[in-house]
Amino acid sequence: MEFIVNNFNYWIYVILMMIGLFAMIAKNNLIKKLVGMTIFQTAIILFYVSIGVKGEGATIPILSYEQVHGTHHVEEADHAGEDDSHHAQADLPEIDARTITNPIPHVLMLTAIVVGVATLGVALAISQRIFHFYGSLDEDVILAKIQKGDG
Amino acid sequence: MIAVFDICILIFLVAIAIIALSVKDLLASAMILGIYSFLMCLLWAEMGAVDVAFTEAAVGAGVSTVIMIATVYQTSRKSSD
Repeated sequence: MEFIVNNFNYWIYVILMMIGLFAMIAKNNLIKKLVGMTIFQTAIILFYVSIGVKGEGATIPILSYEQVHGTHHVEEADHAGEDDSHHAQADLPEIDARTITNPIPHVLMLTAIVVGVATLGVALAISQRIFHFYGSLDEDVILAKIQKGDG
Repeated sequence: MIAVFDICILIFLVAIAIIALSVKDLLASAMILGIYSFLMCLLWAEMGAVDVAFTEAAVGAGVSTVIMIATVYQTSRKSSD
């Protein structure tokens, strides 16, 4: 039971991917096939984003002002004079990588979302052309018309 | 990452994916796919991937729903399965 709950994202990823694959193979309507393709793509994105999650205590990959510039005050910097930069570096707090989710899978999947929408757009344009040619979006009707030599 | 929230959204996702594929009306299917995309967006904000979340909300839920509705209006709205 613990094993199932701790890896729930991965179980759902497998289920969604199989739902999408089933729709792409078994559904008759071309738009329904594309809905299945969208579900398939988002399942893969779900898998990749789940890799970057680090459990409790990890937050979004954005640093606060103190983590970037250090905590020292402006008037202290004026007094410090020539060794100002050295002083500022010593003040920077440690950034623990365990408190930040891994952003590399996120960036990879950002392109995957855009590619997915472009694919969907081209596929919908092609299915519009098919509808104007054969008068139907049903796969059986289209195949029957092709075998009859229509169009 | 909040475990209860995570599990609730994931179960909703599977249910909505099955509903989107089983309705006979293609316009309803497109709208339910929009709900699916917004749930995915919620899931990614919850998992700490905020950049993926807002890209999904704008591109995945917004643009793909619009082009799918445009295609349904250009073609037929009924589906055999």
